[in-house]
Amino acid sequence: MRSFATRFLLTDDRRFWRGFALAGALFLVAVPLLNLLPGEGSALHLPNYMIPLLGKYLCYALLALALDLVWGYAGVLSLGHGAFFALGGYAMGMYLMREIGTRGVYGNPLLPDFMVFLAWKDLPWYWTGFEHFPFAALMIVAAPSILALVFGWLAFRSRITGVYLSIITQVMTYALMLAFFRNEMGFGGNNGLTDFKDILGFDLASPATKLGLYVATVVALGLSLLLCRFVVASKLGRVMMAMRDAEGRVRFLGYSVTATKLFAFVLSAALAGLAGALYVPQVGIINPSEFSPANSIEVAIWVAVGGRGTLVGAILGALAVNAAKTWLTDAVPEAWLFFLGGLFIVVTILLPDGLMGLIKRLRQTKAAPEAAVEKKHA
Amino acid sequence: MKLMRTIAGAGALIAVATASQAAMAAEDTIKVGVLHSLSGTMAISETTLKDTVLMMVDDLNKKGGLLGKKVEAVVVDPASNWPLFAEKARELLEKDKVAVVFGCWTSVSRKSVLPVFEQDNGLLFYPVQYEGEESSNNVFYTGAAPNQQAIPAVEYLMSKDGGEAKRWVLEGTDYVYPRTTNKILRAFLNSKGIADADILENYTPFGFSDWQTEVGKIKQFAAAGKKTAVVSTINGDANVPFYKELANQGIKASDIPVVAFSVGEEELAGIDTKNLVGHLAAWNYFESVKTPENDAFIKQWHAYVKNDKRTTNDPMEATYIGFKMWTQAVLQAGTTDVNAVRQALYGQKVKNLTGGEAVMNSNHHLSKPVMIGEIKPDGQFNVVWKTKSVIKADAWSPFIAEDKGKVADWTFPWACGNCTEPKFKAYQ
Amino acid sequence: MKALRLVLVLASILCIRPADAWAADAPSGDFESAVKALNGDSYDDKIAAIEALGALADGRAAPVLQAMLDGHLAALPDQSLVISENGAYRDALTGAILNDVKADDLSDITINNRVRGVLDGVLGQLSLKSPDPDARRKAAQAMADRRTPGAAEVLRAMLAGETDASVRSTVEAALGTLDLLSPDRSRRLAAIAILAGSSDPNVKGQLERLQDGEKDPELRKAADKAIASITFRLTLINVGANLFQGLSLGSVLLLAAIGLAITFGVMGVINMAHGEMIMLGAYTAYVVQEAFVAWLPPTVIGLYLVVAVPIAFLATGLVGIALERGLIRFLYGRPLETLLSTWGISLILQQVVRSIFGAPNKEVANPAWMTGGVDMTGGFTLTWNRLVIILFCLAVLGILAAVLRYSRFGLQMRAVAQNRPMAAAMGIRTGRVDALTFGLGSGIAGIAGVALSQIGNVSPNLGQGYIVDSFMVVVFGGVGSLWGTLLGATSLGVVNKLLEPYAGAMLGKILVLVFIILFIQKRPRGLFALKGRSIEG
Repeated sequence: MRSFATRFLLTDDRRFWRGFALAGALFLVAVPLLNLLPGEGSALHLPNYMIPLLGKYLCYALLALALDLVWGYAGVLSLGHGAFFALGGYAMGMYLMREIGTRGVYGNPLLPDFMVFLAWKDLPWYWTGFEHFPFAALMIVAAPSILALVFGWLAFRSRITGVYLSIITQVMTYALMLAFFRNEMGFGGNNGLTDFKDILGFDLASPATKLGLYVATVVALGLSLLLCRFVVASKLGRVMMAMRDAEGRVRFLGYSVTATKLFAFVLSAALAGLAGALYVPQVGIINPSEFSPANSIEVAIWVAVGGRGTLVGAILGALAVNAAKTWLTDAVPEAWLFFLGGLFIVVTILLPDGLMGLIKRLRQTKAAPEAAVEKKHA
Repeated sequence: MKLMRTIAGAGALIAVATASQAAMAAEDTIKVGVLHSLSGTMAISETTLKDTVLMMVDDLNKKGGLLGKKVEAVVVDPASNWPLFAEKARELLEKDKVAVVFGCWTSVSRKSVLPVFEQDNGLLFYPVQYEGEESSNNVFYTGAAPNQQAIPAVEYLMSKDGGEAKRWVLEGTDYVYPRTTNKILRAFLNSKGIADADILENYTPFGFSDWQTEVGKIKQFAAAGKKTAVVSTINGDANVPFYKELANQGIKASDIPVVAFSVGEEELAGIDTKNLVGHLAAWNYFESVKTPENDAFIKQWHAYVKNDKRTTNDPMEATYIGFKMWTQAVLQAGTTDVNAVRQALYGQKVKNLTGGEAVMNSNHHLSKPVMIGEIKPDGQFNVVWKTKSVIKADAWSPFIAEDKGKVADWTFPWACGNCTEPKFKAYQ
Repeated sequence: MKALRLVLVLASILCIRPADAWAADAPSGDFESAVKALNGDSYDDKIAAIEALGALADGRAAPVLQAMLDGHLAALPDQSLVISENGAYRDALTGAILNDVKADDLSDITINNRVRGVLDGVLGQLSLKSPDPDARRKAAQAMADRRTPGAAEVLRAMLAGETDASVRSTVEAALGTLDLLSPDRSRRLAAIAILAGSSDPNVKGQLERLQDGEKDPELRKAADKAIASITFRLTLINVGANLFQGLSLGSVLLLAAIGLAITFGVMGVINMAHGEMIMLGAYTAYVVQEAFVAWLPPTVIGLYLVVAVPIAFLATGLVGIALERGLIRFLYGRPLETLLSTWGISLILQQVVRSIFGAPNKEVANPAWMTGGVDMTGGFTLTWNRLVIILFCLAVLGILAAVLRYSRFGLQMRAVAQNRPMAAAMGIRTGRVDALTFGLGSGIAGIAGVALSQIGNVSPNLGQGYIVDSFMVVVFGGVGSLWGTLLGATSLGVVNKLLEPYAGAMLGKILVLVFIILFIQKRPRGLFALKGRSIEG
């Protein structure tokens, strides 16, 4: 029996820790420094617009990580994770809306602009408390978790599995999308929540706030990765994987499949909500299209591109696909769908284990010569 | 080792961005950003506007460019994704350093990019009819405001020629433009003595495709015996199934006229209009209006897209006017500097394609003529009514209680888009 | 002037003449000046001219007015009017063919809705004596709707000579609505009695308005009763209409889902490109339509849709086979990978279509035999396109079921689906069966696209609108069960349409979605669950 420390912190997987440290150094130190230190014209300067862009990618990476936990380890393919992401985003958006105060178009201290406009007299009950950041922060995690708990309890208890589960998660996010589109719901309808001014008193337009949000995202992603690794390395994680591979046997061995799945699902939903909350202030808008089934399918694709069931792969996949998307929509605006679609096809045919599989294969083929080199240096 | 590779990968992105930025700064062109969706749900409408801007740029370069430089269009695809609109806007302004952006169609895309343009002091020309309630120092609105489209249309239907409608169905897609327009229209109708019992407001989701029940409801509402008219603010995709259902359920324009604010020649190109003859649309431009300017524009368009069947429409004219005005303002200011161009834009005049002159007002909106057209069997419109002169767009509607006292005027002493007293009151 | 016109109308219509007498001419000068006046400066002038022409009751007026209504009337620079017909021109006054007219010289006589309404009415009146009972019925209705002064007397006279039963009942009802406004109390009472048997919402509205102004208690009571009985009938009709609309929506869902029931239900491929197969089918319909317009005489244009169905089946079927052979066959047993790659295919197909046909919608017109509908009782219109789609959908399902049940290919297909190694051992070329099965599913999606082009958009995004619904229907019905898909689609359609009038379109749909989520809790494998061990795998 290895101790907690060996299992969690000092695992044999030095490769992971080296990567973790380097990635941390890159995203947490190098990026901000390159943004702040070199002058505008310098070739090394990282322009300001790149910061929220990178922040956005990292939010997506966190969402992909959350999905990989349930899909890659618990075998539950949710095609509705966008819903949890969006709920977290809306919770943050509601806080940011209340922060606007009297600076809105109609200057109403209590009601957001869209409510004034629809002639609402009072703030709906579910908006109360969102003017306080701690409450909003709680709701960012709680709202998606509660939805996941109720939905998961219903679904896992009835032993809905596989494709059926994937489709009803999709139905869930679709229903939520339609609901949030309704102006009567009190979430701003199609326009969603936008025109935010500041967060915790910091001006959202200033580069410093943006950098701060970016750093917060990097930290959140790093901690979430460690948390997920801890979970999958724990005994619970072993049960999850066993369940993924042979659900019936795990059930017969006396483990509660429902509870295990529910745990993974709720944790994953909470992480997705956190990702959504970090995403909203960086992109400046939250709108019901975040609930659209296509968005959730895309998340599954990031995970598959990176390599399912590897955690790090999910992050790599999200970063790679989104960076490609940004670049292609700019470089070849009228043909980028060919490239993106082609990428998905190529990955499935040639890289069944995604980018992580590719890295592993490259490492294996290179392992021999490299080992020799290292020996020489030693 | 592997980690180095990871770093290199992430770093490559940054390097590419920086390098391309450096490379572009070296070229001596004036850059014009085009921010229209080329894929996704809005591509149906927006690709045409991208082509329009490219055509105008092409034309300008043939005439020798601007200020002795070539004009270069930077096209990006925000893919009908609202956060992507903001991201691409930032990229255009900060990375590509464009002098001006022509773009957006939906209200939500405009709302999404608005903070970006305000933070970076960019210049956006927005070419689509919209709900008003906005006047940003960084946006010029060349589409119609509600008082340039909705109110004249309803007034026409209330007139003798329009059929003296007494009962109204306000049918729309559930988003801000229909909601606002219908709010204004309800107040307007009430002020004309129409009771709320004679107004039916109904909303459907985006892309709604099964209109059987809704059209049946309209028929029932119209059965009360008073002359009934339908005001449609149905958006984009949902229109084709709506009109098909309307035609098949036999709703004739002489019985229940339907006037639409989002249906133009381009939308009708996707519908068989033989059974829709007489239904109406209100716009500031119709392709069928015969003027030398319009003939030339249509000819230029057909030559550019190499297709004689492509139609022109109102947002294209709005793009055309916006582009011309910007060109004129740049020439007048002698620079593409946003602040100078903005000042030069006020009072700038461009000949409308349908006659008369459009004027840019200090509230960043245009004065334009309003026309009502009836659908013809060939998918064009027959103009049945036209304003005597141009109408000035209201950024804030007098029919909305919350807008009382609000002024949009970006010239001295007001210099603001949403205030009740001048910013420079003390200096007066 | 107005009184004179009225007298003329009455005189012309009351005067009993044999049918052929319509060719008799009014004084030539009157006719000529009235026709000239059709090109009046204002709509008021035009309307006056139209009514004057109607009052003349001249047989030559009808074609001129019809041309005006159709937008085929135009003026030459010398102010004489011509009628254009398929590129040929005729003098509006004499009907003589004119050969030296240039299209550029013509200025159209524009009309608006008000003029159109008057034209409809006058043309109707002109056919009050038509030998066609249908035309007579429409004419009587038009007169009542327009409330032409003196119309009641005209209709009463018409009723006296009318023998056709259906025309008689229409005329009686029309008279009833006119008599409601009569100053004569007994007439009003009689009219209420007649109208109580109606199930026309318009009549209900008129009765309600009568009540607003009526003081006579007996009349009010009669009107109350009449309204109540009409309301009752209307409610019944409404339920019937909702059911039909539900069936129609169900048939659309079913059509969209049948193909998926095969590619996903039978083969287990999470086929995200299914929507794009539908889209390709719709574009095939568009291409076939354009080919008909370009190369075939206009008389056969109505057949394009019939031709498009097999072509779409073949075209999308071949695309499907190509996809299966080129891509999907490498992914069997890895259903989630199929999700990924078919999503990629779907993006590419959308962009291919966008590059070829452009992003805007394409017009795919309803052929004449699918246009319009029959006005059923109670303001409910049974539209042809919906009816045709319901029948078409059932036919497709029936043929498919027969193929699966009775054909050799169907047998092989089921065998491969149930136990692949065993089927292979029995000598079935499973690879070929797989390809054909996927082709069949795609082909059916293609013909669904042809049908759906008749009610909605034809754009590169068409498929995206159906994909979630299709998966929902297949899962709700039970994966692998064709009958489950049928029942699932129909019940979802009907439930949706029954909810819609009360909850609104948006909330109705949300409720249906929530219902599905809850339903799956009760039956985790859908309505028709396959039994046996294989499904656990």
